[in-house]
Amino acid sequence: MANSAPKIASNDGVIAMLSKSLGTMVVDSFEAYDEISLIVNRADIADALELLRSQHDYQQLVEIAGVDYPDRAERFEICYHLLSLTKNHRIRIKVSTDEDTPVPTVTHIWPVAGWLEREVYDMYGVLFAGNPDLRRILTDYGFRGHPFRKDFPLTGYVEMRYSEEQKRVVYEPVKLAQDFRNFDFMSPWEGADYILPGDEKADRGPPHVDKPKTTDSPSETGAGKKTDKAAAKHESDGSPAQEDSNAKTPAPERTKGGNAKQGAGANKPKTTKAKVSKSAAQPGTKPSARKKPAAKKPMRDKS
Amino acid sequence: MADYLEETLGLEDAVDPTVGDTEIQNYTINFGPQHPAAHGVLRMVMELDGEIIERIDPHIGLLHRGTEKLIEYKTYLQALPYFDRLDYCSPLAQEYSYVLAIEKLLDLEVPIRAQYLRVLFAELTRICNHMLNIGAHVMDVGAMTPNLWVFEIREDCLNFFERASGARMHSAYFRPGGVHQDVPLKLLTDLADWLDTFPKLFEDAMSLVTGNRIFKQRNVDIAVVSKDDAVKWGFSGPMIRGSGIAWDLRKSQPYDVYERMEFDVPVGTKGDCYDRFMVRVEEVRQSARIMRQCLNNMPEGPIASSDRKIVPPKRGEMKQSMEALIHHFKLYTEGFHVPAGEVYVATESPKGEFGVYLVSDGSNKPYRCKIRPTAFSHLQAMDFMCKGHMLPDATAILGAIDVVFGECDR
Repeated sequence: MANSAPKIASNDGVIAMLSKSLGTMVVDSFEAYDEISLIVNRADIADALELLRSQHDYQQLVEIAGVDYPDRAERFEICYHLLSLTKNHRIRIKVSTDEDTPVPTVTHIWPVAGWLEREVYDMYGVLFAGNPDLRRILTDYGFRGHPFRKDFPLTGYVEMRYSEEQKRVVYEPVKLAQDFRNFDFMSPWEGADYILPGDEKADRGPPHVDKPKTTDSPSETGAGKKTDKAAAKHESDGSPAQEDSNAKTPAPERTKGGNAKQGAGANKPKTTKAKVSKSAAQPGTKPSARKKPAAKKPMRDKS
Repeated sequence: MADYLEETLGLEDAVDPTVGDTEIQNYTINFGPQHPAAHGVLRMVMELDGEIIERIDPHIGLLHRGTEKLIEYKTYLQALPYFDRLDYCSPLAQEYSYVLAIEKLLDLEVPIRAQYLRVLFAELTRICNHMLNIGAHVMDVGAMTPNLWVFEIREDCLNFFERASGARMHSAYFRPGGVHQDVPLKLLTDLADWLDTFPKLFEDAMSLVTGNRIFKQRNVDIAVVSKDDAVKWGFSGPMIRGSGIAWDLRKSQPYDVYERMEFDVPVGTKGDCYDRFMVRVEEVRQSARIMRQCLNNMPEGPIASSDRKIVPPKRGEMKQSMEALIHHFKLYTEGFHVPAGEVYVATESPKGEFGVYLVSDGSNKPYRCKIRPTAFSHLQAMDFMCKGHMLPDATAILGAIDVVFGECDR
């Protein structure tokens, strides 16, 4: 065995021996991950556990665990974990039930089952027939619902706070500033068992129509009228790419400093230069400020 | 006057209560939930006949946080720190069961150095836990000094946890496939030095307690539990050993490298509170023995499995390799997928058998994670253990159970 989980006595022949001894009480049995599970008829659970305790030396009831499988007809699975101190062996006995059908109690065999059954009842709502003290155990006094069921929301339904006005603890519907974020990590390549958005259309085939659509004539295409000839006329006036050197409108400027520099280097005509200075003189800007080097401007702005 | 004397001497039964006297009835008191000797939030409804306990109904669940439900909504790695917060006195012992359960489902091999490190720190956790319990138990029955002394040892333990993992209590140090990071050599040498020095302080403190007349008066013959009862009530750990059954999962169902360790399993002779206490005292010495063996035999090597689909690469590697970066990203967002199936893995936590029943549906989150707390079965037996004892004995019995409500209520 590669992993370093606790090593118990060998499982060899245990299933055969227990199946023979329990007879018809056993519905199914399997071994997985070096652990033996027996599925037992619900009505026979107390007899089966008593037999295992008295004849097969499984002296201790370690744990009763409930599991909820909402898709099954009997949605709850109750797993009894037994430990044999003398044989140094563990087995798991399972029964399944639904919300209404009670499971026979085993408190008369092991008194420790009292609280373990109470916990399963509290968390899953599974009833145990014959348990003398089947109260809630972990949840609040007066709690409603069974929180470990898969259809019970993680946030619950009510929240509790101390009210200063009423001088007592009050219960209110739960309000969260942010919803619980549940990310979906199931990859469609690795067996996501739901339909990806849009994929539901794939199986349907083409949608049904009464009359197939054709586009033989122009009126069937749904296109509008042809534009008139005037709209297609080519106009080039005012377009900066096609103008000559003494243009009417200069190219837009970015910054004053940059323009001054560019103007000096580009050897532009005087008229253009005057226009530049005019358009650049924005309200509140002194002409002297224009002559400052470009690099200094952001620094002055910062200070 | 003569008949009164005869009544007081017991020669003659007392006459009926005189007119005006009320008949004495049992009365019910609340022990807790805010009682310093309740070791947390335990409410016990006690029915008393005078000072004799007739019946106890422990009300638990005041610290229920729905850990098992929360775990169903977290990836396997994200769920790990919840285990620190169950029994916050022995955090690493809880993680141990969980990581072993995951490794069993994955059938993952852990490098030998990681196994030694886990055993080493699990035993340090045991010492740390017993220091708290021993101190609290003696304080519950009236002694102050030993508690202060053993807390010094506990402080040392917590410092070692901090140096190994960065956190004093909620370490999250054990990971599926190994441990989170390697320990520096200096930490191991310091641990070895500490293992030589702390027993002196510990034995000093115990010399004040174990032979102490008052301590014995409060504990000997209190809550005697027979072997049969201990088995029936699902006891484990020091509680079952105190009753004389030499049952220790480290010995009988060894995990990691426990089978290489030499240690003794102490058992009690009578099954009373004093025996349970003394079992814990001896377990501290045995834990120190195991730790010394770990330090002597620990090999060099990797501290986590090299399976990159489960164990994330270290940051240094991540900065160099694209593949490592992808693995790191995938493992810390999506996490790893665990094959479908179910396992029950129990380890010997300082308080007893701490089990994890893990059901996987093949996704990256546990379908169900049932935690088997140690305190559940012990606390349930409070009623039968306390019956017929005096009210002050309840604190001694509770102290000897070593109950922590983070774990009991989950």
